[in-house]
Amino acid sequence: MKPAPFEYVRATSLDDAVAALEASGGTAKILAGGQSLVPMLNFRLVDAPLFVDINGLSDLAGIAVAADGGLAVGALTRHRELEISPEIRDRFPVIHEAMKHVAHLAIRNRGTIGGSLSHADPAAELPAMCVLLDAMLDITGPVGVRTVAARDFFHGPLSTDLADDEILTAVAFPALPAGTGWGFEEMAQRHGDFAVAGAAATVSLKDGIVAEARLALFGVDDTPIRADAAETILTGQRPEPDLFDKAAGAARAAVNPMNDLHGSADYRRHLTGVLARRVLKAACGRAA
Amino acid sequence: MTAPVAITVTVNGVAHTAAVEPRLLLADFLRENLDLTGTHVGCEHGICGACTVLMNGDSVRSCLTFAVQADGTAIETVESLGTADDLSPLQQAFRDHHALQCGFCTPGMLMTITDLLQKYPLADDDDIRDGLSGNICRCTGYQNIVRAVRAAVALRDGKDGA
Repeated sequence: MKPAPFEYVRATSLDDAVAALEASGGTAKILAGGQSLVPMLNFRLVDAPLFVDINGLSDLAGIAVAADGGLAVGALTRHRELEISPEIRDRFPVIHEAMKHVAHLAIRNRGTIGGSLSHADPAAELPAMCVLLDAMLDITGPVGVRTVAARDFFHGPLSTDLADDEILTAVAFPALPAGTGWGFEEMAQRHGDFAVAGAAATVSLKDGIVAEARLALFGVDDTPIRADAAETILTGQRPEPDLFDKAAGAARAAVNPMNDLHGSADYRRHLTGVLARRVLKAACGRAA
Repeated sequence: MTAPVAITVTVNGVAHTAAVEPRLLLADFLRENLDLTGTHVGCEHGICGACTVLMNGDSVRSCLTFAVQADGTAIETVESLGTADDLSPLQQAFRDHHALQCGFCTPGMLMTITDLLQKYPLADDDDIRDGLSGNICRCTGYQNIVRAVRAAVALRDGKDGA
C-alpha cells in the first residue's frame, strides 16, 4: 500500500522542528530514519497531517566521549555508525555485540537510535541496551530539555514518555566500571529479525564476588525490563552454576510474554531462562 | 493531494529535477517518474529487499524512503551496474552460478551485495548468508546466490573464483 497524503517540512534546526510540532498542536510527527515509521505509513497504521524531517540536523548525529568516560550519542546517529564505532566497541562491547543483531545493512544505513527508542518496539535491541546500561535520555520540547532514565521512558509497546511536541535528542550511556563483563544473546527466526526473546547482562566482580549485576530482558514483556530479583540474587555471591540457575529462575518469573505467530508465551518464558543463564555466565566469565 | 515539493536527484549519474508529492516513495519515483523499472517493489514495508538501491553509496530500502528525502542525493539502481551485453562482474557471477530464477529479487540482491562487498569481509558462507538475510528469494534459490557472492568476494579479493 501507499501512505495517505501528508505535508512535509524539512527542519533546519532543532528549535525549528520543535516549533513545527508545537504549531501543529501535537498532530505532526518526526521523520528520522523512517525504518519503523514508513512501513506503518505504507500500511496506513499511522497517519499524520505533517511530517517534520530531521535528517538534515547533523548536530543531532554522532558519538562523543563524555566527561565520566561514558558516551553521549546523538539521536540521529545511524545504526551503522554504532555498529562500526570504535568508541562503542571499546567502552560498551555489549552494544557492539547487540548491533550485530539489529536488522539488515540497508536498514542499519538509515535507521537511527532515536528512532528506535521513540518507536519502542519491546523486542528491539537498542531500547534493551538503554535499559541495561541505565542510559539517560534527553528530550527536547517547547519548554526546553528534560532528562529521563531509560527505565522510565518506555511505557508499553510503541508507547513512551515523549509528549506529542517533544523530540528525543540524545542518549547518555554512563561509563561502566573497569573490568565489567558482559553477555548478549538473542533468539530470532532469521538473522536481523526482531527477537523472539533476548537477554543482556553486565557483571562486575570484586575479589571473586559479584559486586554489581544487571540483567535486561527483551521481547518478553510490554517493554524491555530489568530482572531486579535476579540481580539481587546475584549481588554479593560467588558466580557458580547454582547461582546462575537461581537467577535464571527469577528472570523467568519476572517476564510477562505474549503469544504470537513467532512463539508462544510459554516458549518465550523458557527462552528467557535459557538466555538469562547464558548471558550471566558469559558476563561473569568476561569480568576481570 | 498535498503541495508538490521540488527535488533534484542524481540517478545513475544523471540529474533529474521534479516536483513530487511528499508521500511518493523513492521506489515509485524511480519506476513511475523515471521509468527505471529495474528497481522492484515487493512487500512495501522493508522486509523483502527487492527495492534496495544505493543512496550516496549506501544501500537503502527505496520503499522506506520518500522521494523528497532523496533531494540532493546520488541514487544508483540496478540499471547502473551493467547492460545485457556488458554485465558487471557481480552480474556475471550471478549468470555463471545460475543465481537467479524468476529474477524478481535479483535487482535488490545485486544492490545489497554491492554494498556488502564494500563494507564486510564476507569471509565465509555464514557471513554471506547473514548479509543476504534482508533479501527474500521466493524461488528459494539461495544456494546459488551464495555461490555467486562467494565468487564475487574472490574476485574482489584478487583470488580465483570459486
